[in-house]
Amino acid sequence: MRDVSIIGIGQTPVGEHWEKSLKELAADAISSAIKDAQVERVDSLYVGNMCSGTLNGQEHLGALISDWVGLRGVEAVKIEAACGSGAAALRLGYIAVAGELADFVVVAGVEKMTDRPGEQVTAALAMASDGDFEAQNGLSFVALNALLMRRYMHEYGVRHGDFAPFAINAHKNAVSNPCALFPHAVTAEDFRTAKMIADPVNLLDSSPVCDGAAAVVLCPTALARSFNARPVRIRASSSATDSIALHDRRDLLGLEAAGLSATKAYSQAKVTPRDIDLFELHDAFTIMSVLSLEACGFAERGRGVRLGAEGDIALGGRIPITTMGGLKARGHPVGATGIYQVIEVALQLREQAGANQVRDARLGMAQNIGGSGATVVTTILEAVE
Amino acid sequence: MEIARHWRLQRHRYSLVGEMCNRCGEKIFPARDVCPQCNAPAKTPFTFSGKGEVYSYSTVHHPPEGFEHFAPYVVALVRLVEGPLVAAQLTDVEGEKIEIGMPVEMVTRKLRDDGSKGTIVYGYKFRPVIVSRTPLGAKDAAL
Ligand SMILES: [Zn+2]
Repeated sequence: MRDVSIIGIGQTPVGEHWEKSLKELAADAISSAIKDAQVERVDSLYVGNMCSGTLNGQEHLGALISDWVGLRGVEAVKIEAACGSGAAALRLGYIAVAGELADFVVVAGVEKMTDRPGEQVTAALAMASDGDFEAQNGLSFVALNALLMRRYMHEYGVRHGDFAPFAINAHKNAVSNPCALFPHAVTAEDFRTAKMIADPVNLLDSSPVCDGAAAVVLCPTALARSFNARPVRIRASSSATDSIALHDRRDLLGLEAAGLSATKAYSQAKVTPRDIDLFELHDAFTIMSVLSLEACGFAERGRGVRLGAEGDIALGGRIPITTMGGLKARGHPVGATGIYQVIEVALQLREQAGANQVRDARLGMAQNIGGSGATVVTTILEAVE
Repeated sequence: MEIARHWRLQRHRYSLVGEMCNRCGEKIFPARDVCPQCNAPAKTPFTFSGKGEVYSYSTVHHPPEGFEHFAPYVVALVRLVEGPLVAAQLTDVEGEKIEIGMPVEMVTRKLRDDGSKGTIVYGYKFRPVIVSRTPLGAKDAAL
């Protein structure tokens, strides 16, 4: 297997892009990634996306987007793993380059959600769950997270307000991210009074519906230096699954796939959680951040929520998370999110994170979660010296 | 519409029929044909009693398309007395009266209807176990 690096990154601002179509958004991100990498040849394109069939009436994104962006002729396919689609696509791009089947691979994530009314988006997102036994009983995707959060609060004697630091931290970090959907701070009072969506989950526990696209260019590390002065090496790439339905989990609050995927990633990279300088986790809901921190070994069971109050998750803390705003405040264009996360880690490792720069960041981790925890892709990235 | 899909699920939905594992005795709902505990084939039908308790719950204020007229409605994970968790709506109860551990029982209710020309889908929901406050034979006193 060959060592693989990211040599180009590109992202659109996350927002309500009424003026742009799905393919135009994707093309913006891909063009800037190719420009950043300065490659003249692309062998294949993987597109992460969840809802284009239901929300945009368009499938077959590989052919659509490769043609539109001027790559007609290359191998191109769409990869779907719910909200984990972006990182699932990245993993296949990684396999292609590592396995010597391609040299220059573009991986893009794109989602266009704001063309449709809310209840249609809610129904489309519910398709990430078990259709027959969750969605058909009226459980929305938010409701599944609410069931996890309520149970967590019950088992560990935690109050809803204890989750506030996760939303506050994400919003604070979004302020200096030019691509963030919500570049404004929120307070504990805002969190306490936010509109209820599915109790105990309120608006500030939840990531927003939005549009966005992000892309990276991969190549063998051996060639990376000649294209980019600051390539970022993929030290580990790992994916794992759990039951799609909450009711079928062996351990409801254990987020087993996150643990499996992170453990495999640590072993590939020969590191432990202590070596990770920053963690772009999947904060689709505040409860997901907490479960992910616990499953990945940054906190003991039932204690992840305390990392918020103790300042561990801040930029100067023990394990900075959502350093550019996370899903909560940068935004969560579902199939694009996994690529945004990896780009943000790359910006940190390239020392291009501006006001949000984590000092001496050498090793960063991104974790993208599909559904309520059924697909989890973990990527560990390292600055190439 | 998906009539065939609803037809396939009717034993699950109307009678809470799942499966049991002949090797380790695990009771399985919904059916999955393989035991989640010991991986043995498990295709023996098993009818659940419909009794259980609330394991977690929430109230949906922003429903998916198709459930708009029911909102707000309460959803829950119910721990059935035979073991498995099931995701379902709670009915005949207000959100603020529910607590974890509350005993509930299965009832059959309308899950959704797909418009005047569509199907009406029925299935299981759970309601608080009704405890009669009136002992048998004390009917007159209750009047
Ligand atoms: Zn068994």
